[in-house]
Amino acid sequence: MASETGKTPRTVALFATCLADLVRPSVAFASVRLLEAAGCRVDVPAAQTCCGQPAYNSGDRKHAARIARRTVRAFRGYEWIVVPSGSCAGMLRRHYADLLGDDEGFGERVWELTSFLVDVCGFQDVRARWPMTAVYHDSCAGLRELGVKDQPRALLAMVEGLELAELPDAEVCCGFGGTFCVKYPDISTAMVRDKAAAVKSSGAGALLAGDLGCLMNMAGRLSREGSPVEVRHVAEVLAGMADEVPPL
Amino acid sequence: MSFAGPANFRVSAARALADEPLQRELARFSQGFQVRRVEAAGRLPEFEALRDRARDIKNHCLAHLDFYLERFEENCRAAGGEVHWCATAEDARQAILAICRRLGAKTMAKGKSMVSEEIGLNEFLAEEGVRAVETDLGEYILQLRGESPSHIVAPAIHVATEQWTEAFRAAHTDRPADRSLSDGSEIMAEARAVLREQFLGADVGLTGANFLIAETGSSVIFTNEGNGDLSQTLPRAHIVIAGIEKVIPTLEDLSVFMRVLPRSATGQELTVYTTLSTGPRRAGDLDGPEEYHVVLLDNGRADMLGGEFQDMLRCIRCAACMNACPVYRQIGGHAYGWVYPGPMGAVLTPGLRGVEEAGHLPNASTFCGKCEEVCPVRIPLPRMMRHWREREFARRLSPAKFRYGLGLWAFFAARPALYRPFASLAARVLGRGRPWKRLPLAGGWTGTRDFPASEGRSFMSLWRAGRRR
Ligand code: SF4
Repeated sequence: MASETGKTPRTVALFATCLADLVRPSVAFASVRLLEAAGCRVDVPAAQTCCGQPAYNSGDRKHAARIARRTVRAFRGYEWIVVPSGSCAGMLRRHYADLLGDDEGFGERVWELTSFLVDVCGFQDVRARWPMTAVYHDSCAGLRELGVKDQPRALLAMVEGLELAELPDAEVCCGFGGTFCVKYPDISTAMVRDKAAAVKSSGAGALLAGDLGCLMNMAGRLSREGSPVEVRHVAEVLAGMADEVPPL
Repeated sequence: MSFAGPANFRVSAARALADEPLQRELARFSQGFQVRRVEAAGRLPEFEALRDRARDIKNHCLAHLDFYLERFEENCRAAGGEVHWCATAEDARQAILAICRRLGAKTMAKGKSMVSEEIGLNEFLAEEGVRAVETDLGEYILQLRGESPSHIVAPAIHVATEQWTEAFRAAHTDRPADRSLSDGSEIMAEARAVLREQFLGADVGLTGANFLIAETGSSVIFTNEGNGDLSQTLPRAHIVIAGIEKVIPTLEDLSVFMRVLPRSATGQELTVYTTLSTGPRRAGDLDGPEEYHVVLLDNGRADMLGGEFQDMLRCIRCAACMNACPVYRQIGGHAYGWVYPGPMGAVLTPGLRGVEEAGHLPNASTFCGKCEEVCPVRIPLPRMMRHWREREFARRLSPAKFRYGLGLWAFFAARPALYRPFASLAARVLGRGRPWKRLPLAGGWTGTRDFPASEGRSFMSLWRAGRRR
């Protein structure tokens, strides 16, 4: 592949995710900035919506498959598809094949953002400064479906002034779980309450993760508890946007 | 002892969340087995390879289940044992009762057996005039408290030390009222003394089985208290009750599970006792029962063969999945309403009792994947919970409001040109400088957490308008 020599820029298609689209465009803009810094040309196919996970995990295969076929079509022709969410990337990479029978090799072209930057691009050029002590929460799907664990930490280690502290039980689910959080709100709340307590006990000033669903859940709980901890998507910090946009 | 039923999941879970003593025990529990499992697995370099092997052995058995069950029966008979094939829970209860009747048995000493819970054996026997006494320490306290198990390996994990003391003082009235009974070892000593009399007095003994060995016709139990051994060797007859999926081909195969199961369950290298039983006492044996029976229970298992739930039959009941489950950690085992709690129960219970009744169980999961990560036989538990949701959805068992909302959303999500203006509008509506304390139709969320405000414009509209950062 020409792009691997570093001469011809890779063309990457960004799957922004429905939550970034709706609630947090900064995450998508930060992703674009990082991908460009890693030498990629970024396209944003217009026919993207949601990965279809709410339908898939609710047992509605028919609608999930319809959305999946749409998405595959929207991203046809792209060799690299990057997603700033482990959960949506996992859906595209792992579950479309199950839904569609044959995903025409779509899944293997899909990457979670930090994994793409580190594992594919070998990106070293993080130019952000953020004087802060932060903890990182490992979102479940990124961690267990895609093996995203070291990549975000390696990138965050390059941010000037940033210190990563240990988050107790960083790999324990925050209780978001898509529709779970509204179908079983009391169980979900008990889970996110534990997560908020762990974050507070760490003494960190900020909580980072790579998935907006989990981030909104944790930010919402911390905010309800009156905690001053800043909650942000990892991409915002890496792209040097922590000073430009307020936290979640 | 009675179960609340999986249909009452919501109410039971809410009650568990508000139960402070239970929450204290669960907090302690979360730092126990799960941590020890990781340490034990770390000390065995070939642990991951053994998991593959364990999965493969089970898959092979399930593919040839009839063959191995028949071999087991043949070899069990050859060793002087008797095999009872039972299609339903009622068949199994009757088979066991018939043995008790023939022997004129009035009392039964029981080792721990989840299958006996599954068929509701104790209550049934009590009505028929046979008193079953649990000899496993955890099961014994539950019997005293009139409770059902809340965990498949440590059935009384929810009972606090003070509650043990209380129950023992209330039940063992022939002991000095002022005796000290405050820590684990004192409780254990008293239990030993009381239970010993039960073994000696019992007419029949009943145990479960962790495995059945086809090549020898043996049953195997892994235990830590030794009560199982006494339950099966002292009384006149030993009855084993086991699900049909428990059979494995050879003793060689057993050695794989001996390394995998205790490490996954409690983080032990081996359980204290690994006991094999092959037939009744032979001429010249110093002890052992005069009769040896194996009650083989189907009760819905065979229906899971050959379909999308077959993998669940690999389960070796190690409980690693519930030890690691963040939902179980919050609500404990009773909330699941029946014998099998946690992720394995969320797949198995709908299989054995129907998804109509147990539909909540596979839904009450975030699909965090931790259960699958730790399952020694690599059962894809989240995937199977999703299959139950699919069945539920296809049969329109999920709430109409939910299905309708989902359908409406999916309609737009599959039509980008329609979806975009809606997303853009929603982004505006949700946009403001501070989080939302309350939102219409989102009480499930905003009841206990704020909803982060949108940035005011959707990403796609900004991007199309040419904004790049
Ligand atoms: S499903 Fe797996 S982890 Fe859970 S009890 Fe069964 S074997 Fe153990």
